[in-house]
This record gives sequence, structure tokens and C-alpha cells, in this order.
Amino acid sequence: MDFTQLRNIISRYCVGEEIWVDSRTVYIGHKEPPPGAEAYIPQRYPDNRIVSSKYTFWNFIPKNLFEQFRRIANFYFLVIFLVQLIIDTPTSPVTSGLPLFFVITVTAIKQGYEDWLRHKADCSINKCPVDVVQQGKVVRTQSHKLRVGDIVVVREDETFPCDLILLSSSRYDGTCYVTTASLDGESSHKTYYAVQDTLAFRTEQEVDTLHATIECEQPQPDLYKFVGRINIYKDKEEPVARPLGAENLLLRGATLKNTQHIYAVAVYTGMETKMALNYQSKSQKRSAVEKSMNAFLIVYLFILISKAVINTVLKYAFQWSPDRDEPWYNHRTEIERQRHVVIRAFTDFLAFMVLFNYIIPVSMYVTVEMQKFLGSYFITWDEEMFDEELGEGAQVNTSDLNEELGQVEYVFTDKTGTLTENNMEFIECCVDGNVYIPHAICNGQILSAASSIDMIDSSPGGYRREHEDLFFRALCLCHTVQVKEEETVESIKRGIHQGRPTSFYISSSPDEVALVEGMKRLGYTYLRLKDNYMEILNKDDEIERFELLHVLNFDSVRRRMSVIVKSSSGEYLLFCKGADSSIFPRVVSGKVEQVKARVELNAVEGLRTLCVAYRRLSESDYQEACLHLNEAKLALQDREQRLAQAYDIIERDFVLLGATAVEDRLQEKAADTIESLHKAGMKVWVLTGDKMETAAATCYASKLFRRTTQILELTKKRTEEQSLHDVLFELNRTVLRQRSISGLSVDCLDFGLIIDGATLSAVLKANQEGAGCGNYREIFLDICRNCSAVLCCRMAPLQKAQIVKLIKASKEHPITLAVGDGANDVSMILEAHVGIGIMGKEGRQAARNSDYAIPKFKHLKKMLLVHGHFYYIRIAELVQYFFYKNVCFIFPQFLYQFFCGFSQQPLYDTAYLTLYNISFTSLPILLYSLVEQHVTMDTLKRDPSLYRDIAKNSLLRWPVFLYWTCLGLFDAVIFFFGAYFLFDNTTFTSNGQLMTTNTQMMFGNWTFGTLVFTVLVFTVTLKLALDTHHWTWINHFVIWGSLLFYVIFSLLWGGIIWPFLNYQRMYYVFMQMLSSGPAWLSIILLITVSLLPDVIKKVLCRALCPTAIERAQSSRPCLTVEPSTIFMLSQSSSRMSF
Amino acid sequence: MMASSYNAKEEDGNHPGAANHAGAGIVKSKKPDNTAFKQQRLPAWQPILTAGTVLPAFFVIGLIFIPIGIGLYVTSNNIKEFEIDYTGANIEDPCYNCAKNFSWNSTAQCFCTVPFTLVQPFESNVFMYYGLSNFYQNHRRYVKSRDDSQLNGDRSALMSPSKECEPYRTSEGTPIAPCGAIANSLFNDTLQLYHIDSNGTFNEIPLVKKGIAWWTDKHVKFRNPGGNNNLTVAFQGTSKPVNWREPVFKLDPEDPENNGFINEDFIVWMRTAALPTFRKLYRIIQKKSSSTPTLPSGKYVLNITYNYPVLSFDGRKRMILSTISWMGGKNPFLGIAYITVGSICFFLGVVLLIIHHKYDTRNNSADIPN
Repeated sequence: MDFTQLRNIISRYCVGEEIWVDSRTVYIGHKEPPPGAEAYIPQRYPDNRIVSSKYTFWNFIPKNLFEQFRRIANFYFLVIFLVQLIIDTPTSPVTSGLPLFFVITVTAIKQGYEDWLRHKADCSINKCPVDVVQQGKVVRTQSHKLRVGDIVVVREDETFPCDLILLSSSRYDGTCYVTTASLDGESSHKTYYAVQDTLAFRTEQEVDTLHATIECEQPQPDLYKFVGRINIYKDKEEPVARPLGAENLLLRGATLKNTQHIYAVAVYTGMETKMALNYQSKSQKRSAVEKSMNAFLIVYLFILISKAVINTVLKYAFQWSPDRDEPWYNHRTEIERQRHVVIRAFTDFLAFMVLFNYIIPVSMYVTVEMQKFLGSYFITWDEEMFDEELGEGAQVNTSDLNEELGQVEYVFTDKTGTLTENNMEFIECCVDGNVYIPHAICNGQILSAASSIDMIDSSPGGYRREHEDLFFRALCLCHTVQVKEEETVESIKRGIHQGRPTSFYISSSPDEVALVEGMKRLGYTYLRLKDNYMEILNKDDEIERFELLHVLNFDSVRRRMSVIVKSSSGEYLLFCKGADSSIFPRVVSGKVEQVKARVELNAVEGLRTLCVAYRRLSESDYQEACLHLNEAKLALQDREQRLAQAYDIIERDFVLLGATAVEDRLQEKAADTIESLHKAGMKVWVLTGDKMETAAATCYASKLFRRTTQILELTKKRTEEQSLHDVLFELNRTVLRQRSISGLSVDCLDFGLIIDGATLSAVLKANQEGAGCGNYREIFLDICRNCSAVLCCRMAPLQKAQIVKLIKASKEHPITLAVGDGANDVSMILEAHVGIGIMGKEGRQAARNSDYAIPKFKHLKKMLLVHGHFYYIRIAELVQYFFYKNVCFIFPQFLYQFFCGFSQQPLYDTAYLTLYNISFTSLPILLYSLVEQHVTMDTLKRDPSLYRDIAKNSLLRWPVFLYWTCLGLFDAVIFFFGAYFLFDNTTFTSNGQLMTTNTQMMFGNWTFGTLVFTVLVFTVTLKLALDTHHWTWINHFVIWGSLLFYVIFSLLWGGIIWPFLNYQRMYYVFMQMLSSGPAWLSIILLITVSLLPDVIKKVLCRALCPTAIERAQSSRPCLTVEPSTIFMLSQSSSRMSF
Repeated sequence: MMASSYNAKEEDGNHPGAANHAGAGIVKSKKPDNTAFKQQRLPAWQPILTAGTVLPAFFVIGLIFIPIGIGLYVTSNNIKEFEIDYTGANIEDPCYNCAKNFSWNSTAQCFCTVPFTLVQPFESNVFMYYGLSNFYQNHRRYVKSRDDSQLNGDRSALMSPSKECEPYRTSEGTPIAPCGAIANSLFNDTLQLYHIDSNGTFNEIPLVKKGIAWWTDKHVKFRNPGGNNNLTVAFQGTSKPVNWREPVFKLDPEDPENNGFINEDFIVWMRTAALPTFRKLYRIIQKKSSSTPTLPSGKYVLNITYNYPVLSFDGRKRMILSTISWMGGKNPFLGIAYITVGSICFFLGVVLLIIHHKYDTRNNSADIPN
């Protein structure tokens, strides 16, 4: 960092002020600038080849292997494999090499296939034909041959091949329409502008005469930001410099609409386009399950090491006498004998490690990944989460967090577009306290008696008349709405019949459309923007024309937008509309009190309010404003900041005109969803940029706050009266008192907290200053913990993320989920453990950055309560079961060491060691983890409180883990000693032997191992069968099929002399075992005994202290369906405000 | 709302190729299939383990296991077994001298005689075993010290045995056949059994040495190089294991068909035991007539050619005589285990019955108001 800064400074001194290292100069049409202007520095840029693939044919194997072995588990197995290769180990390297090879190969094939698809896609994109202007002619080339500086012709409905600066279009005003649907999902048309000096070029020849350079910043991933400047050279004059902004930059991936063709020059190509820069993957989120899995893994690693150490120590204790070490029948080789004892001990330790290494299952990672990958398809396949209107279902952007959906404790939701539909309807406006309601809507809106009701027909006096005219004109002019007059338009925001042709208003903000339409119903129709003149049809059917001089765009920090227009009478007017908090401080006159009262009243009813103000500019004022604006716009660096400063200077001394109210209806079933989430034990926080009253009303409507909820306010209004300190402490006291008093009826009284952005930053800032002024953060968190619902209003986007971070870092480390639909929610979505994007009207930014995207807020319910719940119990069982089955597998081997002189003799045959995790026991658990449903989906949806059962990672806590491990140990002991007593005759009673009836032959150590292994495979598979609550035909097939496979494999494995093996120890062992009656009897007995404790535990737990889930399971048949009434109730109540 | 969605659909029809430029087709219908699998609604059997459902299973297990256990126990108790330790560890033991004076170098064989008495007659076929204690046949170095290809008659493996056989791979430059520690330590005591009848005459009891190994081992897994004719030639160029007195083709002087790698005593020994205390089948005493018992009660003498040292590693040698039943040899463990498990299941069944009565009714009544 420092280095680049230093380089920056040096280069500035060397080259001069004007050239920045972090900017680039593009020579349009590759023409050198006139001599003397600037040094022509030919720069090298990448060509327009898009490379989204990760590997090439040559580097695939090394690169992929390297990446795979960076994972700790794979590396561990590689080390084990290498140890096996180097030292003399009990098991052949095949036993760990083969599974590792299998895992690596499967992953490599998957990644290779994905990369091959990417190569193919890249190739087809790179081969796309593109028209380029060269020497005044249009030449067709391939997309990847495009270079920076090329002039490109793009025709209607074509996609831009790279990032382009618009030079001219077939439209006379130099604009073009673009849809960025494939880029960010916004299907609305956006207007892009050509620079004034170039928009006149109509033909290739004309364009080719252009002599200009473009200076712009180096590529940045932000889609909505661009800073640059074009220098146009005309006949040895001083070059004309024009600013370039995001409105001039056509992005790769966007599509040209409603414009015949455009000429544009390439500035960013290939991997430097904004789209390509946005390919970069987001930071990885890890789920709680994964964390506990890693913790368990460490425990098992510790167990593994201690097992190896214990055995090594015991081995040397056992071998103390030389007759034990080297009896006459079993001598060492000479080389071994000469080895130093320390080296021998170390080799022994490693050998024990190798022998027991299967306790950490290599296949667990693969299975977990496959489970996540395949399991996530059920979310996308879910028909209930498909939205007909949008034509889309749920999307899974990462499958790593499936199970986290079942662990959510805090839900942070945005209000507009998430809880509400973001489908705006103009309700009323008020000018100086007089209320106007469009005729069309008379839906029983009750107005308070205090305010006068004036319909538009009544003719008020002169002063009022003037304000009224200004107000309506302000609303007609102060917006960025476009009019579509064509019959066919790609996306329709709203259709209005306007006599002859159908025209639509299109805007990125639905509020604006609602306002302009509302004005139309009140008699003022915005017609179009033509040649920088805005045309309005006023209510006397006259067309008024205003010259649009400047648009001071909306941004979420300022929370207002303005236009500067010149009326036909030559008057300069600045109209501004914005949130009340951003307008009122800047107002100098007007009926502030009345308007404020009305705004508050509307806000309480849950309407979105905007205030409108204006300012008359004198000629000199206007010139000054122009100066400020142009200066800021031309700046290459800090343009944003400079613009903000300029806006701040211009937008002041307003005269208040009035206010508008727009209704944003609640999304369907929003209240029902919130109620379910509450019942499921989640705390729902609403984070919104809206004002407190509006937000609170929405909260009541959506049942976030109930009538019984005691509201605690932590707002600026209160902190102005008392100090923050006092307020916090007082609230804390209230909460604590209530908790101690109502020991019995905790549920009856719940608290709701309302906090605003200013207070929140005060709370957080106080903490930063030091602990001296009290640890507010802790107190604040304490209050929040006791509130079932929290409303944070007046939040800046970054503050939303801050809140999430604050909760995430609190001492319980709860799992947080953020759901939102707009660009302002992205930071919060990225911050939370699980980010959910709603495919809303405000574009797809949230959906693109989220982990999961859903069409509507109501789908959250199924996502969490059903899918989340299922995925959690599935993966929890998967993890526990994997550890369990490997304890069962390896512990008998550990016990066997005590009976074979600690010689690292494996109990099982190599084939069994290798295939146990790969094939004998892998499929049933994988299938279980994909299709298990411990209760039905309907039950889960009907009874949200079942979600509480799995809260706090309850199935992966240490006691549960301990239970599974103990069960594994118990089973292992049963397997081993069961077989031991059958084989041994001295320990139990004086006599006893195992023989077969037909051959009367003796069994050796491999038969012993096979007996243990057979019992093991059956027990472990049947244990899973006991845990399965949902037996589909696939479950039957896989469970019985894998047992059958084991038997068939064993018969085959022992059935012939395998020519490629250098040992034949398993020959006929399995068949000999099966031909013996006692072996059958003991297999049945041992399986029964091993399964017994788990069955008893299950039955007793269910009978004595059943969990909610177990209750739901047992009451399954006798419940009838009755959710429709609840659902209807919540529907009807969501319409009412209070 | 309705109108706009309708319009949007019309749009799709008008511009079929609109989104094809974007590289990835966006417009195609994303509506998921309504199949039972994709919607996770496959018909399923949903069992739950409650006291009620498990109860019958417990009783059934109890009722099946207890009779089986009793049957096994009775059968096991009917099996007659006799065991005698002839190691000669103590000074009063008959084989003490042989054990004491053992040396690998002596060529003279040591004999000893152990008398014993059978209280009960052994009906049906009697199996004779030798048992060893504290002998780690399952030691890793020992288990792997063999060459299965050599034993399968592979000529190249005969001449260059596997490295696993070290240090019993070669002897003075020539390959050992059979190589390895297991073969080298072949049990080579010879046991002979005499019955002393009422006249005091010693009647040698015929011991059958055929049919003691697995059929598959004898006929498939173990083979002599170059078939069974002229083993001397076949094994030319190999040397005998260092601890053996005779080369492998002279293991059984009486039966030429029982020599080389297919010698049954050798095959039995080559199947390594699972535990350090083990027994291996040595001979079978076949029942001659249905009227007389195979081994009538009375005095017997066991003649031992004492070749196998075990005292150095604190081992023991035993001779065991046993009859067998349908379930194999004497093994009370299985019967007792079956009875125990059966009783536990039955007991648990009773406990669960009580719990089921007490709690499930209470739960059900509590559930109904909900």
C-alpha cells in the first residue's frame, strides 16, 4: 500500500499533475493525439477474451491437486499415505491411498467438468461476432479480438461486448436505452447519454473522423460508479474536456433496447470489464455445523494420537523381556535389529497412527459436500417457493450454509420491498396543510377532523393557488421517470391509458412512478422529456415546457433529490423532494407546522411520506450553482464527495410546499411469516431507512409488535431530553424488573424496542471512546436480548451491517440471518451468517450478493422452518453417525493390539479397511442425509415451535457427541469381546472352542476379523435404519442393498484366488464362517446387544421427557389440518394498521 | 397485477430470441417439476420407536432367545472334553526332562509319556487337538511372514520367495521352501494315544490325520510345485526351514500324498490363530462301531515326541480330546449370552410396559387439549 502511494507521488512529480497511475488514457480509434498535446503513450491492455475458467489443459492437474491438498483433511490423508509408503506399516498404502485417490478424483472430475463447461461458455462468448469501425468502414470481427480504443457498432437487442463509452446513437438526443437484466436483474430500461460533442456523428465515416482521448480510472468492480473525462481535439484548438460518468458507460452484459444502433468506444475489455471483475467470489461463510465438526475432528485427532502413544508405550513395556520381543519362532531381520531404538519407537508410533487413522474418516468430507451440493437442489426444486408472477423460484448461491438455515436466532429484515411489496400507490398529498386525494381512490380513508379537506375542484385563493401550482409542477418535474410510448416494451411498470397511445412510466424507484401517476390523476400529466425540455399537460389541457438544466440525483445519504429547471417565463426554479428529516432543516419558510403534523399523521398510518420544497434561483444563483456542479462533475478523483458538497451548497433555503403520502402494501403472508418466526424462537429485527412512525406502523401491521407489546423507545427525541446514559439504564431497569416480577408469565409481556440510527451510532460511539463512560454496548445488548422484536429506523446501509455485526459479536454468538431486497441491504446480507436476498423490484443486487434468494418474504417461512430444519437434522446425524461408525470400526482394532503383542496387526483385511467407508457404509448415510424427514413438512410448517428443538446447535453439542462416541465405544467393545469369547477358551470357562459342523475346522485370525467386521457392518447400518423416520423405497433399496452388497462382495472376495494379490488370506474365510452355526448365532446376538442400548435410550427419552419434535411425531396420525383459519386471520389483520 | 403478468407473458412470445445474446438463457421457464421426489413428497413409511411399538419386539426377542440359549447351553454341556498340559514346566511333570534339556542342535529325540484317565466314555467321533498358550501367532511380523504364491506351487516364488519371509527367506544362499516364520515354527511334537485295557495291554488308538484342514486349503490354496509326483525333484534347489528336521517333501513318511505343501498338519499350522492362546486340530479318532464308545472310560497314555520348545517364552502345550455337536465344540458362552440377553429383553419389556402405561396415557391426555 505504502509502496503504491509512494509510486504515485513519484510519478506525479515526473509526469506532471494530470496523469495518474491509477487512470488510463484511451485513444479513440487508436489515433494519436495531435503533437504537443500530450505524449502518446501506447498502453497495453488485455484483449476482450473472457476467461471464467480456472484451469487450462496443461495446468489442470498440478493446480487442482495443489488446491485440493490445501484442505487440511486431504493433506492429512496424504501424509498418512506417504508414511505408509515410507515405513513398514501394518496396512498397505492402498488402504488409504485408494480412498484418497477416489476422493481426489471425484472432486477433480467434478471441478474439471465445471471448468470444461466454463471453457465452452467462454469460447462461445469470445467467438461472438462484433462490428467494429475501421477506416470508416464497418468490419466484422470476433468478440475476443476487440481492443481498448476500438469503435464498436451495437444494434438493437444486441449485448455489449465490453465496457463502452457511448459516442452517439441513432436517436437524435444521443440517448440509448439499455436493460441490465442479465447483469443485475433489473429489467427496467435505463437511459444512457452520449457526450454532447459527439452525439452528432451519424455514420461510420463521421465517427471515424473523431479525434479524442478518454481518460478514465482503472477498472473497478463497482457497477454503478465510473469516473472519466473525454478530451476532444478539433483542428488545433484547445481540446474540449467533458466529464464522463456512469451514465455514459455501457456495461458488458447489458442489452441495447429501443435504439437502432449506437457507436461506442471500448474502454475496458476482457477480464477488466466490470462484469468480469464482479465474478470474484465472495468471502466464504462457514456454518456452525462445520465449526463443531472441526472441533470434533480435533477431539478425534487427539484420541488417535493418544491411542498411538498408549500402544507404543505398552508395546515397549510388553517387549521388555527379549523372549517376548523376539521369541525363537519370530525373529527380526538383521537390518531391523540394528536400527536405533528411538527410531524404532518412532516408526512404531507412526505405524499405530496409520493403523488407527481411519477414525478420522476421509469420506466424511466428501459425503458432507455431496450432501450439501445435492441437498440444495431441493430448495431450488421447491414448488411452493416458486413465484408465478416473477416466474422464478428460490435460488441457492452457496450450498455451504444449508444447515445454518435451521439455526437462525436473529432475523434482520429490511422493510421496504421485503416486508412490504414495494408496489406503491399514491394516497394523498397535502399542500400547506390542505389535503388532496385523487378521485380514483376513495377507499374510506378517514381523515382527522382537524385538517381541512379540500378537493381539487375548489378554487383557493391566490397565494394558495401559487403554492398549489408549484407543488404539482414540482412533483411533475422533480423525478427521473421516463415515458415509454411504444406499444411493446420489455418491462412494464404500470400501464395507463392516456387516450391514443399507451404510455408507461418507467423508473428505478417505484415511489416516483406512483407520484407521477398520482399527479396525473390530479390533473397534471407529465408527457415526456424532449431535447432537455420537460413537457407537462396541466389541468387546463395546456402544455407547459420547462428546460431541464440539472438533475441532482437521489442518494441514500442525502435522502433527497432535486432538479433545476428553467420555466418558459425564464425563471430558474429548484425543486426538491425528499424525506422530511432531510428537508425540514433546510426550509426557511412555508407552513412547516401544518405539513409536519400531516406528515406525522400519515407516517403513523404506515404511509411513506415525502416532502416537497422549492427555491427560486436568481440568474447569479444559478450560475454559481452551475459552477459548483460542473467543477464537481469534472473532477476525476473524489467526485462523489465533491458532488455531495456541491449539492449541499445548492440545496438550501427552501420554501416548503407540501408533502405526499404513498402507500406501500404489506407483502402477502408477511404477518403470518413473522408470527411463525417469533413462535420458532427467532428474534426479528426490522432495519429500515424509513421514519420511525411509518416503520412502527408497518411493524404493527406485520404483527412484529402486538397490542400487548410494551414499546421501549431509544430515539433521538428521548436522548435529547435525557442523557443517553440515563435512558439506557432506565430501559435496562424496566426490562430487568419485568423479568424478575413475571417469573411465571414471561410470554405474556414482551418488549419491543425502537431505536433510530442517530442513537445507535451514539451507543456504538460511546463505546469506542473508552470504557470510562460506561459500557453502553453491553447494556444495549442486554436490553435487546430481552426484547422479542426490535425496530431500527433511520438506518444507513452501513449501520445495518453494524447492527448485525454487533449482535454477531455478542457473547452468545447467535446465528444471524439478514433478508433484504435492495442495494442498501447488501452490506447487511454479506455481514450476517446467512444472507437472503429477495428478488424484488429494486433490482437484483441483494439477490446476487446473497447466499439464498427467494421471490417473496413469505418463502422465508418454508426456507427456515422446513428446509432449514431438515438440513440441520440431516447434517447433524451425518456428522455424528460418521464419527460413530468409525469409532465402531477402529476401536476393536485398538483392543486387538492388547492380544497380539502390540504388533500393529490389523484386525480386518485390507479390502475391508479400504471399502468400509467408501462403499459398505457410505450410501445409506448419504441418502439418509438427503431424504430424511423426521416429521412431515406440514407438521413443521404448522408448528413453528418445533424449530426451538434444534436451536443452538442442539444436536451437535458435546453431550450428544459424547453419547454417540460412548455408543460407538460400547458397540466396539461388544463386537470385539463377543468374538473374543467365542474364539477364546481360557478366560471364560475352562473349555470352549468354535468349530463348524460340517468341516470341524479351526478358524484363524482373519475369520475373527471377518466376524467382527460382519457384525460391525450390520450393526452400523441397522443403527441408521433405526434412526430413519422416513422410509421411502430409496431408503429400503439403499440400506438393504448395501448390506447385500457387503455379503456379495465378501463371497466374491473370498471366492477365488486373486491372481494379482500376493496374499490369499481371505480365501474361503467368509464362506467357512457362514457355514458355521455358532457364527450365525453370535452375529445375531451381537447385533442385538449392540443395538439394544440405543433403542432403550430412544424409547425411554420419548416416554419420560419427550421433546416437542417427538411429541409431534407421535401425535402425527390424529391431527387434522386447520391452518387455513389461522392463515386467513393473519391475512385480514395485516391489512389493518392497528 | 393480473394485467402486468399477462403482458409479460405476451412479451415472451413476441421476442423469443431476446435473451439469447446474453450468453445464458434467462427466459426459459424455471418452474420446478412437480414430482414427488423433487418436492420431497415420496410416499414413505414413517415408523417411530415408542414404548408401545418396541414392547412386542422385546418380548419376542426374549421368548426366542431364552429357548435358544437353553438349547445351546445344554448342547454345550453334553459335549465331553478332556484337556491335559504336558509342557513339563514343573519338576514332577513327566516331560520335565525333555523340556529342560531341550536344545536345537541335538539330533536325538526326546520322548515322554503322560498317563491320564477318562472318567466318562467319549461317544461318537473324538477330535484331538494340541493347544499352545502365550504363543503369538497373530504377531504382525509373524502373520505376514509367508509367501502364498510359493505355497500355491508357483515355481518362481519357490526359487525366490517374497521379501516378507525375511529373515526366514534363504538359508546359506538357497531359498527356503516353505519360507517364512510361520512355516519355520511348525509344531512338530508327535502325539500318540494308547488305551490301557483291563489286561494292562497298551492298545494304540488309530489317529486319522486326513480331513483336518479346510478342503479348499488343501485342494486350491496349497499346491505342490509341479504337481504331486516326485517332490524331491520339484523341491530341488531349495533348503528346508532352519528349525525343521526334515525337508518339506518328507513331512509324512507314511503317506506320499500328504507331503510337501499339502501336508495337512502344515496347512492347519499355516492358518494363524486369532489369539495368543489357541488350539489346533491334530487328529481325528473315528468311531468304529455303534456299540462301543470311541474312547471308553479308563486309563490312557499319551506318548509324546518332545520336539517343540515353549518354555523360553513362558508358553504351555496341551493335548485336548473333545467330541462335537451340531453347534461345534464346547462353548457355554454362547448359551449363557443368549439366556442373559433374552432375560434382559424380557425384563426391559416389562419395564417398558409399566412406563408405557404410566406415561404414554398421560402424554396423550396432555396432547389432546393442544
